[in-house]
Amino acid sequence: MTTTLSDTPVINTPQAEEQPLQRLRPRAGWVPIDFRELWHYRELLGFFAARELRVRYKQTILGVAWALVQPLLTMVVFTLMFQKILGVQKDDPLYFVKTFCALLPWQLFAYALTQSSNSLVASERLLTKIYFPRLILPLSSVISGLVDFSIAFVILILMMWIKGIQPGLAVLTLPLFLLLALMAAMAVGLWLSALNVQFRDVRHTIPFLTQFWFFITPVAYATTQVPESWKIWYGLNPMAGVVEGFRWALLGTSEPPGMILAASVAATIALLVSGLFYFRRLEKSFADIL
Amino acid sequence: MGDYSLRVMDLGKRYSLNGNAAYQLRDVMVSAVSYPFRLVKRALAPSGTGSAKKRNQDVWALKNISFDVKKGEVIGIIGKNGAGKSTLLKILSRITDPTEGGADLYGRVGSLLEVGTGFHQDMSGRDNVYMNGALLGMRKSEIDNKIDEIIAFAEVEDFIDIPVKRYSSGMYMRLAFAVAAHLEPEILVVDEVLAVGDAAFQKKCLGKMGEVAKHGRTVLFVSHNMAAVQALCQRAVMLERGRVLEQGPAHQIVQRYLRDMNTSKTTALQDRHDREGDGSARLTSIRIEPAPGEQLIRTGSRLQIMVEYRSDRAIMFPNFSATVYDMNNNGIYLFDSDATGGLPDQVPATGTVTCLSEALNITPGRCYVNVALRRGGALADSVEYAAYFDVEPNDVYGTGRIPDRSTALCVLQHKWTLG
Repeated sequence: MTTTLSDTPVINTPQAEEQPLQRLRPRAGWVPIDFRELWHYRELLGFFAARELRVRYKQTILGVAWALVQPLLTMVVFTLMFQKILGVQKDDPLYFVKTFCALLPWQLFAYALTQSSNSLVASERLLTKIYFPRLILPLSSVISGLVDFSIAFVILILMMWIKGIQPGLAVLTLPLFLLLALMAAMAVGLWLSALNVQFRDVRHTIPFLTQFWFFITPVAYATTQVPESWKIWYGLNPMAGVVEGFRWALLGTSEPPGMILAASVAATIALLVSGLFYFRRLEKSFADIL
Repeated sequence: MGDYSLRVMDLGKRYSLNGNAAYQLRDVMVSAVSYPFRLVKRALAPSGTGSAKKRNQDVWALKNISFDVKKGEVIGIIGKNGAGKSTLLKILSRITDPTEGGADLYGRVGSLLEVGTGFHQDMSGRDNVYMNGALLGMRKSEIDNKIDEIIAFAEVEDFIDIPVKRYSSGMYMRLAFAVAAHLEPEILVVDEVLAVGDAAFQKKCLGKMGEVAKHGRTVLFVSHNMAAVQALCQRAVMLERGRVLEQGPAHQIVQRYLRDMNTSKTTALQDRHDREGDGSARLTSIRIEPAPGEQLIRTGSRLQIMVEYRSDRAIMFPNFSATVYDMNNNGIYLFDSDATGGLPDQVPATGTVTCLSEALNITPGRCYVNVALRRGGALADSVEYAAYFDVEPNDVYGTGRIPDRSTALCVLQHKWTLG
């Protein structure tokens, strides 16, 4: 029974009605992205990314140096295993540089894949108690991965300088390839994090997914080894285009990326847009499911 | 300029009990693969009942909620547990969407649904203030301006730069509240944060909230602390089972709430939705009263708890347990039918069990009871906050001096001598 005991009846005053700041209504189906709100919460994004970094490195002996050690060690292992022992591109003296170059965007992507996918579920308490645009969570993982990338990038430059590799004008396109990598990382992060909320075992597929993705990305090998007729399918992997682009822009190896890059860009855009839609659609029920 | 800061209009929130659960991908895949088989099965036996799991169980956590809050008002939201208060606050805080109806907010909402949300153990107090502030929607510049005030309010000046995992729970609480208290939203929404923390902290929180209200901000206050509600709020809304039972001047609503709590000694449990267990049996009611022959539940009197239950078949190896807690969620007593025996190995499908205790040795105050039923070791049904009861004062020492709950929980006969 509702008994309203208000002292004055509700009268529509003749003055202009004040517009509510927020209207809370049931939202059905697809929800548009509120960019203004994301911008408003930009500082939070920074805090989350900083927190992730701090947590990662605070209690490690190597600290930030880990961002260097990981790609370097991987490069050494790959060079030994793939080139020396397995004979992949065995006559290429620059194999290790090319590998390192590919490892940079790859590790950014792999990091985003693993971190973002669990970002929502791991923040269960936050999501059920405080409101903030949920997009910030997977996004912050991508940002903190960028920091590692930047550190390793410096080493790459060093390596190139030691080996006397001078990048041509193509290097100006590097930021574009980086952007592509970020978009791919973000897209995958969005999909996986949202899926993981609904289907909790998605998290367990991540190691397998990462491994599988690694092999279809030309990190330890060059795309020249991929048969021509396969190339367009191969290019649907966004990271294939990224790695090709990185190698072309920085090292001047491989021909200018054509079909592969086109396929990668198309795939990335499709993944990202669909990921954003899916995420936004599911976002309103995150707090209910978690 | 409008008068309202918040208008809630016919708000409803429905949860579908199986539809919201997280699935396993493999369940979906199994389900997809077996779909054609199930179709065939259904075609061959159309009268067959579907599995219980498929039947859609909907729970309306809130229905037809309507009330208005004027600018600068402090309004209390009270009700028993499971009444829908937290769900209402979640909707107003935009954590979840309403299913029907809506609410119009005429100002920024700052929510404090839990103290210390987002606090990271390895970060220093100072860093956590910035993080928490950002989470609550404050700009870094805003926090810069207020950081000294916040630290002073929390009284943690000497510890502000060490990781919060080294803080005492009191410091932790104070700091977390201090951040939220300095939020300065137009509408402050507070959910039972005063349920944790010591008396000094609670006093500080109340004081701060009163201050916030004096500055013309609207406060929505959910609490079980009736004294706080009466002190702070002008109006109150009482919820019961997802609906507005009554709304009006705070003291009137609080009185009604207290009356309802005290007069209904038998609390019906069958419609409670917030229960756990496999559901093979159900606790339908609980009745808490002084033992036969006693007038009141007070320190030194014996307690009697009667629990009614229902199942579809006789229960083998039943175990009934009732746990008594104080209002700070400290467990006081566990009445366990296995521990002390008395129940047969099989009880009828429907019936009542009674638990009779020895003399209560706790100080006067309110307690609540969680009750659970297990059959053969498996949890059949469990309801938290099943019922409340008050322990009245009793002159157990014979001197007229009775300790109160804020000092100590238990009473024990003792004697002091010189030498």
